[in-house]
Amino acid sequence: MTTVDSDTAIPSLAGVASLVSERGTVETPTKVDVRGLSFYYGDMRALEDVSIQIPEKQVTAFIGPSGCGKSTFLRTLNRMNDIIPGVRVTGTVLIDGKDIYGASTDPVTLRQHVGMVFQKSNPFPKSIFENVAYGLRINGLAASKTELADRVETSLRAAALWDEVKDRLSASALALSGGQQQRLCIARALAVEPEVLLMDEPASALDPIATQHIEELVFQLKTNYTIVIVTHNMQQAARVSDRTAFFWLGKLIEFDLTSRMFTAPTAKLTEDYVTGRFG
Amino acid sequence: MSRRRRDFVERVVEWALRACAGVSILVTLGIVSVLAVETFQFFREVSPSEFLFGTVWTPLFFQKSFGVLPLVAGTLLVSAIAMAVAVPAGLLTAVYLSEYAPATVRRVVKPVLEVLAGVPTVVYGYFALLFVTPLLQQVLPGLSGFNALSPGLVMGIMILPMVSSLSEDALHGVPRGLREAAYALGATKMQTTTRVVLPAALSGISAAGILAASRAIGETMIVTIAAGQQPRLTANPLVPVETMTAYIVQVSLGDTPAGTLAYRTIFAVGMLLFVSTFMLNLASNWLRERFREEYA
Repeated sequence: MTTVDSDTAIPSLAGVASLVSERGTVETPTKVDVRGLSFYYGDMRALEDVSIQIPEKQVTAFIGPSGCGKSTFLRTLNRMNDIIPGVRVTGTVLIDGKDIYGASTDPVTLRQHVGMVFQKSNPFPKSIFENVAYGLRINGLAASKTELADRVETSLRAAALWDEVKDRLSASALALSGGQQQRLCIARALAVEPEVLLMDEPASALDPIATQHIEELVFQLKTNYTIVIVTHNMQQAARVSDRTAFFWLGKLIEFDLTSRMFTAPTAKLTEDYVTGRFG
Repeated sequence: MSRRRRDFVERVVEWALRACAGVSILVTLGIVSVLAVETFQFFREVSPSEFLFGTVWTPLFFQKSFGVLPLVAGTLLVSAIAMAVAVPAGLLTAVYLSEYAPATVRRVVKPVLEVLAGVPTVVYGYFALLFVTPLLQQVLPGLSGFNALSPGLVMGIMILPMVSSLSEDALHGVPRGLREAAYALGATKMQTTTRVVLPAALSGISAAGILAASRAIGETMIVTIAAGQQPRLTANPLVPVETMTAYIVQVSLGDTPAGTLAYRTIFAVGMLLFVSTFMLNLASNWLRERFREEYA
């Protein structure tokens, strides 16, 4: 189902990606190195020859109009697309130099290292505590009850939710507000201590105040995590990210420091998009 | 067509539809009231406590005794055996179809299961009596020709499609986001299924089980044919028993004169049956509503 064809993929880097490699040169170490990735739903190509180097412990934003492939691309980074029947990936994705589509990579183990937060908050219909404990339990990451409780607390603190829920950890997660649910989902993802955190429009269903909470959180989290965030909101990309990648019709058009992307983009398409001429 | 004529046709159609709906309500009310009146007549002669707690059921004998417990025990025994077959098998089938089976397999298996549900119960009855019982007798020498085990097993097969189909609906109704959340935390498919999807679908699955129990309690043909007609207070599945439904058939077919006390017993038993299945259906509906609320 998944074929990795790096021999032919790497030379074809030249075209679109040349722009990226000239100006997006990464001084910080690269965490995720994608080379010539294409993605197909059945016969439809959703991503075409994407190459990008995502720096470690920074926030990288993916922007672009709906259907441009930014979410699909995000989901290739933890092999979340594997659970959809009939998809196909070509190219390579290296995380810490290891090909995640290689034969020796187990997607289940991979996802412990590459966490994900979804557009629609999706807490389990369990208690607040059990939601955060879930990943620890299934992966056997806590040796004792105290350790489990400690790690749940640490994760809730990291997600800036602890003070709001510490007195009702056994209450149902579904009783929380939308913004709290989303921070709970972030706490749940952090509990298994991933190195990379993928966020798929995490604030798109939230009100401005809850959105601000999430953005502040993203800013804090980058000291420990490599964060990739998909957003349809360009102001959000400008506020939270160090680097921004612009996708259009399944192609990576431009990738650069966020400050440059929004002030002096190289590609005409990027300029038109960030200035709101289409999209 | 003129505006007036059109409005007239609309009104006629509306009234016709209303009448159709009304008929089913009237019939239900009629059945319940006949049941209630005859049951009331019965309880004028037999005390409710004798009926509900008595352990001997011989209304057709010279020495009459009206303790319904042997019939209740027979019903519960056969239903329990049926549930023991249908719930695990149905649930596993549902999990397979919903979580594991490729789309092509699901397209074949679901209709096949629904064919099982369409087999007339009389066929199941003779299947139990003439095939399953002799087969079981080779393994269990003490098994009577009429017994609770064989119709129970066959009834389990009969209600299996109901359990699997309703459970599959419940599993299918669990939002995809919950599965993705589990996978994203490094859960395997089995961990996702057993620790996220199944618990989330539990109220829907319980509703399926309760509805199946209600169906098992009310099932008539299989037990009438294959369980025997001896009201007996026992938990032994190897001997003949009689269920509430089978008793009603027995009296209805026989030459018990209408209007006698023996004749009225079937209404009292019928009322008991009606109340228990009605309660189960209510419970099932309540659970299903709750499931729908959780994932609206």
